[in-house]
Amino acid sequence: MNVAAFDPAAPLTPSGNLRRRRAFSRLAEYGATVAALFAVAVLAIVIYAVVARGAGALSLDFLFTGTPTGIGPAIAGTALIVAVATALAMPLGVLIALFVTEFAGARVAATSRLTLDLLNGLPSIIIGLFVFGLLVDHHKQSGFAGSVALAIIMLPLIARGSQEVLLLVPGGLREAADALGVSRWRTVLGMILPSALGGILTATVLAVARAAGETAPLILLSSVFDGKQMTLNVGEAMPNIPVSIFQLSEEANPEGFTRAWGASLVLIAFILFASVGARAMHARSRRKMSS
Amino acid sequence: MNLAEQTQSASASPAVPARTASSRVRIQSEPQADPRANGHRSKVAVEAVFEVNDVSVFYGAKKALAGVSLRIPRSRITALIGPSGCGKSTFIRSLNRMNDSVAAFRLEGQVLYHGHDLYASNVDQVEVRRRIGMVFQKPNPFPKSIYDNVAWAPRNLGFRHGLDEQVEKALRGAALWDEVKDRLKDSALGLSGGQQQRLCIARAIAIEPDVLLLDEPASALDPIATASIEDLMHSLKGRFTIVIVTHNMQQAARVADETAFFGLDSSSGEPAGTLIEYADTETIFNRPADPRTRDYVTGRFG
Repeated sequence: MNVAAFDPAAPLTPSGNLRRRRAFSRLAEYGATVAALFAVAVLAIVIYAVVARGAGALSLDFLFTGTPTGIGPAIAGTALIVAVATALAMPLGVLIALFVTEFAGARVAATSRLTLDLLNGLPSIIIGLFVFGLLVDHHKQSGFAGSVALAIIMLPLIARGSQEVLLLVPGGLREAADALGVSRWRTVLGMILPSALGGILTATVLAVARAAGETAPLILLSSVFDGKQMTLNVGEAMPNIPVSIFQLSEEANPEGFTRAWGASLVLIAFILFASVGARAMHARSRRKMSS
Repeated sequence: MNLAEQTQSASASPAVPARTASSRVRIQSEPQADPRANGHRSKVAVEAVFEVNDVSVFYGAKKALAGVSLRIPRSRITALIGPSGCGKSTFIRSLNRMNDSVAAFRLEGQVLYHGHDLYASNVDQVEVRRRIGMVFQKPNPFPKSIYDNVAWAPRNLGFRHGLDEQVEKALRGAALWDEVKDRLKDSALGLSGGQQQRLCIARAIAIEPDVLLLDEPASALDPIATASIEDLMHSLKGRFTIVIVTHNMQQAARVADETAFFGLDSSSGEPAGTLIEYADTETIFNRPADPRTRDYVTGRFG
């Protein structure tokens, strides 16, 4: 193919089809930038809407009393349901991650990863139905059933996130520990887990943030409550924020709308703080590991 | 084995370059000083730590090492030299079963360690490595304090009492004590490359193994750090049986009692690494029997 002749002595301004190529390149760049800004804008608009409508509802009474004035029991309920879910999912998730990175052969590891990804893709309503059939049908709703469903949602997130940081632990450390006549499990406890701890906590906090807002399973598993009293009994249906938002926004009373926005603000603030905090923690642990 | 004497001699002279110089003089004069090392020493006279009988190593279908037989004598330094890709690292890693974690690794033949088959079905890898320590090419200290790097393995083995003394002894043994004694709680990652490698050696000798395998311990280090590692090997000699892989022939000539020359053998089709010649270092470097050894040690390759 022949490249068009050019005069090497001509001034170094665009010539030939360079003008067109530059226009295309600029167009692509603008397109990508606009798409990125769009994502930021969606988040900003959602946060703005929630803050603008919910801020009016916020008060100490709102945060600490039960219905009809506040959502105190729902906040406590969500905290407890998520805490129990974390207690179930975190040890299991970390053990799964350790199995995949430290003990499993290549093929089993790949299968395990695929399984976790599929589990992660399960619709939460299906998980809710499953736990409903397991723990609620022929029995009664309970906060614990909600915790089990949230734990199933959190499990792949924790396992995959932990696995990523465990893979960042340099192979040389495992080899060095092996060469010292230390058994693998000792190495895991004394060397690998401490190195990866920051990342594992990050994955857990992100999973907590995700689970705290899950609504579908809780509508099936922990939604029959009056929300007047603080309850800390996970054997009973527990008030919780997502279901409260759902129920308040269904009310005919405009007061209920405001409280629904207020509850949304509480939830979104928690999730944002948790996510941003987790990212900061993650950045720190990465720095520590690479230094 | 009297560790106190060894550590004292290791820490007696203060400056690294000076010690290096003196130890080079010592190694050069050693063949005269040590009657066993003089001329045609009978290898049967010295107790063997490893007896390797016709060992071949495969990674999947690929043959990495073919038909190696040799005896590694006790309390001496044995160097493995040869060009890249001729199976030296594969061989040394087969001596403490580090290759077991490599997928599709397979070993044929027999490796006897003090008469025990290293690859027998009832042999525990952890026990093997507790006795046969290893230091790797790239310094790989744990992301812990200097103290904890050394103390971690002894602690896991159940040593609780006198751990401080144990750590000091290991660090003195690795000629690192004077440089780090005031900052034992600092991160080991803050040490220089040469110090990190000596820390790795201290870590390996802290559990008092029988054998120390060194896989190109100085290849990632500058000449001064290399000199201090070599010097260290002289001070560790006698305390441990040492096997060292090195690309650096001068290093082998300076530190080793015995030298094994590995090369590629293409006689049976696909080329695989193999042992070409094994003798005392003086013979390998001055009167090699095999022309390939002669070409390699004199710098004429191929």
